[in-house]
This record gives sequence, structure tokens and C-alpha cells, in this order.
Amino acid sequence: MTPEEIADRVRSRVPDVLLARGEVTVTVGRNHLLDVLTWLRNEPALQMGFLSSVTATDRPDAEPRFWVVYELRSVPLRHRVRVKVAVRGENPTVPSVTAVHPTANWHERETFDFYGIVFEGHPNLTRILLPDDWEGFPLRKDEELGGVDTRFHGAFHPPVDTRTMA
Amino acid sequence: MRHDVDTATGEIRQETMIINMGPQHPSTHGVLRLLLELDGETVISCRPIVGYLHTGIEKNTEYRTWVQGIAFVTRADYLSPFFNELAYCQAAERLLGVEVPERAQILRVLFCELNRISSHLVWLATSSLELGAVSVMLYGFREREVILDIFEAATGLRMNHAYIRIGGVIMDLPAEGPRQIRSFLRQMPGRIDEYETLLNENPIWLERNVGVGKLSAEDALALGVTGPMLRAAGVGVDLRKDEPYCGYETYDFDVPVRAEADAYARYRIRLDEMRQSLRIVEQALDRWETSPEPVMIDDPKVGWPVKLSVGPDGIGNDPDYLRHIMEESMESLIHHFKMVTQGVRVPAGEVYQAVESPRGELGYYVVSDGEHRPYRVKIRDPSFVNLQATSMMVEGGLVADAVAAIASIDPVMGGVDR
Repeated sequence: MTPEEIADRVRSRVPDVLLARGEVTVTVGRNHLLDVLTWLRNEPALQMGFLSSVTATDRPDAEPRFWVVYELRSVPLRHRVRVKVAVRGENPTVPSVTAVHPTANWHERETFDFYGIVFEGHPNLTRILLPDDWEGFPLRKDEELGGVDTRFHGAFHPPVDTRTMA
Repeated sequence: MRHDVDTATGEIRQETMIINMGPQHPSTHGVLRLLLELDGETVISCRPIVGYLHTGIEKNTEYRTWVQGIAFVTRADYLSPFFNELAYCQAAERLLGVEVPERAQILRVLFCELNRISSHLVWLATSSLELGAVSVMLYGFREREVILDIFEAATGLRMNHAYIRIGGVIMDLPAEGPRQIRSFLRQMPGRIDEYETLLNENPIWLERNVGVGKLSAEDALALGVTGPMLRAAGVGVDLRKDEPYCGYETYDFDVPVRAEADAYARYRIRLDEMRQSLRIVEQALDRWETSPEPVMIDDPKVGWPVKLSVGPDGIGNDPDYLRHIMEESMESLIHHFKMVTQGVRVPAGEVYQAVESPRGELGYYVVSDGEHRPYRVKIRDPSFVNLQATSMMVEGGLVADAVAAIASIDPVMGGVDR
């Protein structure tokens, strides 16, 4: 199927479908996320049974602040669809998709670890890459980079964003 | 197993033992930690714990220019640096909407396939060492060294090359490059035969690998497992065939598939993949010889301006290029300065670009908001996802088989933890 055909097929179920650079992006409300992922997985014309990746983006000045992004792949039909869910900045939660795609387990833990987005219904939502006692969610845009103390007369090597022009 | 007599009932109670394997265990491929619950020699539960090598690469890329990002992502999965560079650059190129010159595409294929062989050789060397086949370890690293010499001659570095750039590659093959690669292509098939002679029917190797670490196709797909592990379970999925990039659809090669879904099948798949990669390298080198010159896009807003050449002290700035910008052309100097300090400005948008790395689907989800720096770079590393299958492959088996099973996943912690 061409991306146009996939977009049309998805549009029959979900209204908000965007086609850009040959990639189909579906935006759904958090309450419809599980339904849509299940439908995409079971729909014979699409067969999106493989979840490649889950991640998020953060725009601290916008509301909704976070977007959780699911990259779906159809192994038999060789195409992809991206599903995005908007998440509010205050008390960010989104349903866990581990029941539909077991692989989401670690992906969601990573997204929680980096962004503090809580995946409701996740079997074991703990930090995965950072230490358990880490404070904060480092991939949020308002988390600052740390500098480095040096041994040279107490000098401090400042974080990169405070010392380059770029 | 401890036997304790329950004083109240007189029954013999069996207790399980919790042990930590890693993070500093030689057979955990770096700093992977396994929390094992053992009943005697049997693994009751296995929980992989990762993150000991987390370096914040994704966060760092948000604070650097697009070009600087290459130097970060190449360090993620340090055994397959070219694949990380390729996926990152292709994502940026798709956002920019630019086409890469033919010769650069050929060089990307050539180096990626050499890299696939070198990565599989490290896998073969380390996992055979873990199972006691020490000579195979020496052979694997010996051959990898030949490939690293090719990389060093062409890119200046043995690892972390930053060779693939947005719009092409940084420089063409050096004068001795084709001869080096041809000599490797002549030598390597016999060496792979040698490994197979040593291992394929070796009773100890069979005992340690056949039927170990089973993972069915259904489980693998549900857990997001890709690469040789999925192909060893009978699913012939390969992004070079399914979603071709860099002109892979024009190369003649096969995707090895086996049905046994155990550690032995994964070993055979990886050796077969090395043979297929040799075929691709040969075709790429033939094409390189007749392809037109440029290796970098002819677009001053995208292409990296700096020309490099090999001098007496290694690869560095090309003297002719330096003379041009310092003495001849003020415009070139300004342009050089703009590109080196700010780099490309990538139009706003988002893409997901996946390539077939030695371990499976390596995907880059890249978001730009039209600035000189990426807004978000998410690395979907196959080692990270494949490790999720550890529990399923190890639980119920012997603790000694856990070593073979994890080796057959081929996790690279630099990629897992990023």
C-alpha cells in the first residue's frame, strides 16, 4: 500500500491523519489510544502488529505540553504508521499499551524515566536507565544540563548551552 | 539449593537463592546486570537491569549543531558506529529533502556492510570465549583488526568515525583503500569457513547452543525483537529488503533465515550474514570504481565545506582547501565559518528513519523545529529492545545456559543505555 492508501484506510476510523514525507501520522485522544492501537493491529488491511518505539517530546510553553509518540510497523505488509497522543503538562498520564504490545514495557519505562509521563496500568513503571534515586526527568526541556567541576583551582566547566554560540 | 527442616512440621523446605550476575561479570557484554533467582542450577526468574552506561546522548544532541550530533550518535552502539551515523544523517536528509550523490551512497553501503562483518566478528569472538572456545576469540579479533585498519585508513579512526555526514560522506576512499578491501574480500571467505569447521559440528559447541535460549517468532514479534534473533526464528525480516535505503534494492544478496529459534541458529545466521555482506561489499566496490567523483552534496547550505586529505601525520585539513579559504576566496571563508559554527538549518518536521543494523531495527525519531540544532533525537536501539526477551529465554533453563542465551542476543550496552 502507498502512504496515501494507508492514510485513507486509517482515516475511515480516525479523523486526524496527517501525511508528510511519506509518513502517516495519526493523532488520537488518550481515551481512544488503546482502541486505535488494537484496531490498527487487528485490521487485516493494515496489520500494524509490531511496535518499534515509544517516546515523547516536550514543549514546555505549549499546552498540551507533551506528545507521546508510537512508531508502528507492519512486518507482513512492510509499512509504518505513527500514532501520537497529546498529554497535558500537569500530572501527565497516558494509558499503558503493554496489553496490546508487550514490547512497550521497556519503552514506556524509558519514557517515564526521561519525561515523567505516567503510563497507567503499566505492570512495573520504574526508572530503567537512570538510578532509582534520581530526581527529575532529564529530557524535559526545562531540565538544565550540568556543568563539570574540575581539579584546576576549583574551576568549573560550564554546561555547553552557556558557552557556545549555537 | 539449601535444605532447611521446618521445626514445626518436620518437612524439608527448599529455598531459592538470589544472585547478581554483573554488572562487572565478564559474560555480560559490558555492564549488564542480571538479577537471577536460582533453585540449584535452575533459573526461576531473571530480571535484566540496565542503565550503567547511560551517557545522555539524546539530551546532548539537543544542545549541539546537527553536524556535532553525528559525533554523539556514533558513540551509542560502539560496535556499529556507521549504522548510527547513517540513520541519523538519513533522518536529517529526509527533513531537508535532499538527495545524496551516488558515490556517497555506495560508500555508505560499503562501510555499513564492512561494519556488519566487524560487529558480527566481535559477537563471534566474545560469545565463543564465554563458551570456552578461546581460539575462535583470537581469530575473530584478528579478522576484525583487518576491517578496523580499512576504517582507519578511510576515516582516520578505528571506531566512532563521524564519517557519514548530512549530504554525503566526509571523504572518498584513500588510494590504498580499494587494494585493502579487495585483499580482505579474498581472505575472508576462507576464514569464515575456518570458523565453521571449528564450531559447526563441534560437540561442545552444539551441547552449549542447540536448543538453548529458545524464542519463538510470535514471542519475538510481541517483544519487538528484530535482527538475527528474529531471522533465526523463521521470520525473514530485513529492512534492507523491506524498506530499502541507500539503493540496497539494487544489490544482489540474500537474507539468511532458519527455523530453530535457538542460540545455534543465531550463530549460523550471523555467519551467513557475514558472507552476504562480503557479496555486497564486492558489488559496492565495483560500483565505486566507475561512479562519478563527488562524495558530498553540491549544496552550500547543506554540504560540509571542509576538505580533508591524508598528510604525513594522518588525516587532516587539506592544504589546498586551507589555501583557498585563507588566501583566495573571502566568500568561501565566510561560508566555511558559517557552516562550522552553525551548520545546517533543518526545516521543521519529524521523521522516523530505520536501518538494519547488525542487531536489528535501528531507528531514529528526529524532530526539528527549524533550528540549527535538533529538537529531539530518539534512538530506537535494537539491543535495548532485544534485551527485553532475556527473561523469556533464560527462565526455566540452567544458569550456565543463561550465558549462552545472553551471548546469542548480542547486546551492546553502549546502544542499550545510550
